[in-house]
Amino acid sequence: MPLATLNTIILIGSSVTMVMAWASLKLNDFKKYRLYMGLTILAGFGFMIVKGFEYGHKFEVGLLPKSNTFLAIYFTLTGLHGLHVIGGMIVNGYFLGPGAKMFKTEPERFTNRIEVAGLYWHFVDLVWIFLFPTLYLL
Amino acid sequence: MSASDAESIRKQTRSYIVVFVTLMVMTVLTVAVSYFHMPVGLAILVALIIASFKGSLVAGVFMHLSHERKVIYWVLLVTVLFFIVLMAIPSISQWDQRMLR
Repeated sequence: MPLATLNTIILIGSSVTMVMAWASLKLNDFKKYRLYMGLTILAGFGFMIVKGFEYGHKFEVGLLPKSNTFLAIYFTLTGLHGLHVIGGMIVNGYFLGPGAKMFKTEPERFTNRIEVAGLYWHFVDLVWIFLFPTLYLL
Repeated sequence: MSASDAESIRKQTRSYIVVFVTLMVMTVLTVAVSYFHMPVGLAILVALIIASFKGSLVAGVFMHLSHERKVIYWVLLVTVLFFIVLMAIPSISQWDQRMLR
């Protein structure tokens, strides 16, 4: 549970940096955008690493999806959620790297792309907000 | 971009920080409540109320739902409807099984 609490903090933090990345573009501050987007992706990595430790510990003590119904649901839900985090990191990584050159030619379009990527990222955070109490605390 | 536009973004940025702090406090609260070991029904209710509050903050502020046009809410209503159906299916199937027994 402490690991899951840490992950909740990381993911909520990354939602804030994501929205700040978008706000920076709105203010025409590309440097700040890169900083916040980088932090968002870093938080994604952090989340997945913590998740890795969590899974590793479960496997070590023999807790597998086949063990019982709760663990089957636990691994399905957190696994799918983790895949969505990875997906978001790939998209965000593209917008930090090669995709970012669009800001020079079509700044408004690029800003909208970041807003939409943000909507996805916030939703992944939103799902976690519900997964956290139901899977770890009850 | 006009100057007033930039000003409104800065104001929004401040509200993001406020929401961030609120979400953190709520997270601590959720964890703290779990130590009380309330009866299962009540614990689920309290946890989901806090989670819903956090969720609406994320949707409302980070996802800009709170200053979205009305039509979005009608679309969301469909989502709510489907959610109820989704939850009803397992409930009905359970009720059905009890009938068979």
